[in-house]
Amino acid sequence: MSAVKGINLTKYYKNFKALDAVNFEITEGECFGFLGPNGAGKTTLMGMIYGFIEPSEGELILFNKKVNKTTMAEAKYKIGVIPQDNNLDPDLSVLENLIVYARYFDITGQKARKRVTELLEFVSLNEWLNANVRKLSGGMQRKLIFARGLINNPELIILDEPTTGLDPRSRRQIWDKIEELKHSGKTVILTTHYMEEAEKLCDRIAIMNKGKILVVDTPKNLSLKFGGNLEYVYLNMTEG
Amino acid sequence: MNIKKAFRVWQRNATVYRKLYRSSLALNFFEPMLYLFAFGLGLGGFVREISGMSYIEFIAPGIVMSSSMFAASYECTYGTYVRMVYQKTFDAILATPVQFNELVMGELLWGATKSLIYGCIILSVISVFGVVKSPYIIFVIPFVIVCGVIFASLSLIATAVVPGIDSFNYFYTLILTPLFLFSGIFFPLDSLPKILSELAFFNPLMHLVSISRGFCYGEISKLTLSSLVLLIGYLCLLTPLPFMLLRKKYLH
Repeated sequence: MSAVKGINLTKYYKNFKALDAVNFEITEGECFGFLGPNGAGKTTLMGMIYGFIEPSEGELILFNKKVNKTTMAEAKYKIGVIPQDNNLDPDLSVLENLIVYARYFDITGQKARKRVTELLEFVSLNEWLNANVRKLSGGMQRKLIFARGLINNPELIILDEPTTGLDPRSRRQIWDKIEELKHSGKTVILTTHYMEEAEKLCDRIAIMNKGKILVVDTPKNLSLKFGGNLEYVYLNMTEG
Repeated sequence: MNIKKAFRVWQRNATVYRKLYRSSLALNFFEPMLYLFAFGLGLGGFVREISGMSYIEFIAPGIVMSSSMFAASYECTYGTYVRMVYQKTFDAILATPVQFNELVMGELLWGATKSLIYGCIILSVISVFGVVKSPYIIFVIPFVIVCGVIFASLSLIATAVVPGIDSFNYFYTLILTPLFLFSGIFFPLDSLPKILSELAFFNPLMHLVSISRGFCYGEISKLTLSSLVLLIGYLCLLTPLPFMLLRKKYLH
């Protein structure tokens, strides 16, 4: 079963083609990585998958349904987004941040409270429940954003550079959590600049450059096919 | 548009406000009180009665409306701008099932709610101090909401068109301050040159002030058909624009 399918997805910003007829298919339960230099179109593509950006041309299929405005609103109940930017509510506590976010998914009352407790245990932030988010370190804020993205128990999780700027320990902790999500059968989409991260976590990788997907394969096959490690393949493919 | 989703956005703003109101309530409350007492009592000693009212009685119903106007305006200019650009609250919300129009609706309703809060505070103060005595004062409340929706919309439009947060100074100096000064709060507009008093007819705040003054002193006849038509006209004209303009601004 496919979780996400893109057919000739294209995006123009005025005359600039940010995404150029991109085709891909992500199977349920797999961890799929998008690699590519800044400006390759990764963020545009992620934005499309979670309904943030409308394609100029092409079709997006989520959970076997063609996406339009109505089906997108439905689909979003099954998607969890963990953005690259810190967009927590700086005036609120850890608990309040999660409760407010849960409400957008119509999760309220005891149900919300229970989910928040589960998630804070999952990312080991339960002792910080009533702390203001400004008091949290960068790594803890990332973990909170990570937990927040899982509030609706999503089937599809989109992680946009989840470990950028983190210290090695926090990075390992995030990796462990992503592994746990994979084991529980979730579909994970990941963008990253770290080859090590992609190699460790992703079942398959798409390498992008200038709005196009150049190649899709398992990390192992990419190394075999092009000779050398993933970093070597990446640098060769995205040259110039 | 799912109004429940708009309510979720409203609820988010209310949750933050409940935490921070101590600091902002004082500020938004202090300014209208300053006008009321500095002008009403200070200047009032030198001003003869206007239409049989003492000066503080004359300005009090208008201050209700101006404080309601400024409450919605601060919220939907600086407040919304910070949420959209600096805190990236819009990004966070739009990654959930809430859609763009619902988000804007939530912001608009929250702006109007701020109007209602501050309008009602001033209304209570002037009632408690006995400045205003008519029970009709209660009918001012729906017009405080109208005031809130009009100025929340206007402010969201400003938020959609300003190039940066500093440019709101233009909005306040060139639009809101003239509307405030030429609204008939501080002096009857017929004392102005004819052209200015005719222009003031198009000032929505002028109509709101005149309606408020009418209700505060039990003169319901002040609620004229032309005022109602003009206010409804502004509501119909202004409220759709933030949805279009903010979307354009946000997606680029």
